[in-house]
Formats: sequence, structure tokens, C-alpha cells
Amino acid sequence: MSSAKSSLREAFIATTPVMAGYIVLGMGFGVLLSTKGYGPLWALVMSGFIYAGSMQYLTIDLLTGGASLITAALTTLLVNARHLFYGISMVEGYRGMGKKKPYAIFALTDETYSLVCQDAHPTREERHRYAFRVSVFNQLWWVSGSMIGSLLGEIIPFDVTGIDFALTALFLTVFIEQWLSTKDHASAIIGVTASVLCVMIFGGGNFLIPAMISILIALTILRCVRKEDAHE
Amino acid sequence: MNNLHSALIVAVVALVTIGLRFLPFAIFSGSKPVPPFVAYLGKVLPYAIMGMLVVYCLRNVSITAAPHGLPELISCALVTALHLWKRNTLISIVGGTACYMLLVQLAF
Repeated sequence: MSSAKSSLREAFIATTPVMAGYIVLGMGFGVLLSTKGYGPLWALVMSGFIYAGSMQYLTIDLLTGGASLITAALTTLLVNARHLFYGISMVEGYRGMGKKKPYAIFALTDETYSLVCQDAHPTREERHRYAFRVSVFNQLWWVSGSMIGSLLGEIIPFDVTGIDFALTALFLTVFIEQWLSTKDHASAIIGVTASVLCVMIFGGGNFLIPAMISILIALTILRCVRKEDAHE
Repeated sequence: MNNLHSALIVAVVALVTIGLRFLPFAIFSGSKPVPPFVAYLGKVLPYAIMGMLVVYCLRNVSITAAPHGLPELISCALVTALHLWKRNTLISIVGGTACYMLLVQLAF
């Protein structure tokens, strides 16, 4: 996924799949937001300071439905709780990042996480520089997309239906890369199995929280079992 | 809907999101080594999370209703095949996405 040489160009190329997905999804967001009467300034502020794709789409519902602030807070908590996972797994990786760290933490979206979580640059300094650049590029794509959508409305020159599959494909290739990088597939299998079961039980709209809890429980059990095996 | 309430909703959503992103870093900050269990999670979570995110993207695909998740299945299979063959992220993503767009726009 990443070569030994760290450069701006390399970070740019790594984010091109995200560019495709973010510009299109961002445009969709901007268009939708403007049809509800919230102009470019709203799109800019939301993509600048919330910077969370699915949550921003949901925020449009919160805005138009006149949700209470408590409802807004709880919805965000449930939808974005998965970011806790990204933080936990990057605590070590982002250690000692210095002045760039607050922004890198703020900008740790699903897609950014997928690009930085197993970065193979040899030195910590290079990994930090790469992570920061990837974070900036990705938010640039997201903000550009939402501004284009907000300003140009529904004038899109060709049919882009389905282009958001780029993000699915991105996660899938990272998943495959990770699968090939190790002989220990327990965690990957736990992640997929728990998520699929939770979608079947709780439905697509409500599966994330139960999936995250069951993944945590399964990984905890796995650790205990393996510790016991090691002691025997 | 008045603008002040809207602005407050945006602020609340932003603050909760930012809070969630910073919380793990705030708890395990400083020079102290992270607790072994958190270090363990940091190591194994990426595998589980990526699996979860793939499912997350496909969560609203219906197998019972037409087209029975076929565009997604075919495109994911193509991404997997391309990736196992070339090990080139861009080729896999461009190929899979083009295939998906053609399928949902023309075939299904």
C-alpha cells in the first residue's frame, strides 16, 4: 500500500479513491442541504467542523425536523461512537506527533483511518507526516465536494449513480491487504461475523452499536482464551 | 426553523463528534505506556473494524428484494479478484466502482 519513500505525491495518490467517494458524497450532501434552504455557508461550516459523512446527512434531518439539542447529541453519540475505536487503535501510532496531532485526531474519519491504520513507513516521523497529509487531502476533497454541491445545485453533467461504491471498494481492498498481511485471521473474522449477525438481528440502521459491543466482547474472550493456552 | 437553533444543532453535532475522536487520546495521553489491554485492542481492532466498515457500506443491501444484492456481490467479487491478482489498490477500486456503476445504471 505504501512505499518506503514518503512524499506529498504519495499521500495524494493514496487519497484518490477517497477523492472519488468524498467529492460525490460531499456533492450529494451539499445539494440536499441547499434544497432544504441551507446555503453554502452552512455546507462549509458543517464539512469544516463536523466532518463526518453519514452524520452530516443525518444532521440535515435533525435541522429540518427541528430536533432538540439532546436528540442531536444522542444521535451523534450513537452514529459516531465507532470513532472511539479508531482513537483507541491510533493512540500509539499518533504518539509524539506534536503540533499536527490535534488536527490529525480531529480529521480521523473512516476513510482516513483506513489509509493510516496500517501504514508501513519505516520511521515514526514519516508515518506522522504521511498521516497528516492524508488527513488534509481527505478533508479537502470532502469540503470541495460539499461546496460544489451547494453552489452548483443539481447541475451534474453525467450520471454518477453508484460512484459512492468507491468507498466500499476502498474498505474492501484494505480488508484484503490486512488479511494477506497476517496468518491470524481471528479478529477479521470476528469483525465480519459480528457485523453481519447484528445487521440480520437489528437491521441496517441500528447495527453499529451492538456490533461494536459484540466485537469488543469477542476480542476480550479471544485474549483470555489465548492467554490460557499460552500458560498451559 | 430559526437560524439560532439550527446553528446550535450543528455546534452540538460537531462537539460530540470531536469529543468522540479526542476521548481515547485524552484518556491515554502523556508518556505513560498504554494499558496492555488497550495496546492489545490497538493491535487487533483494525482487522475487525475494516470488516465492520465493509458490512457498514453494504448494510442496506436487500437480498430478498430485486436485484438481490447482485450488483454489490459481483462488484465486490471483482474488487477481490483484481486485488488478489494485481495487489494495486487503485486498479481494484477503479475496476470495482466502474463495474458497479455500469451494473446499477444499465443492467439492474
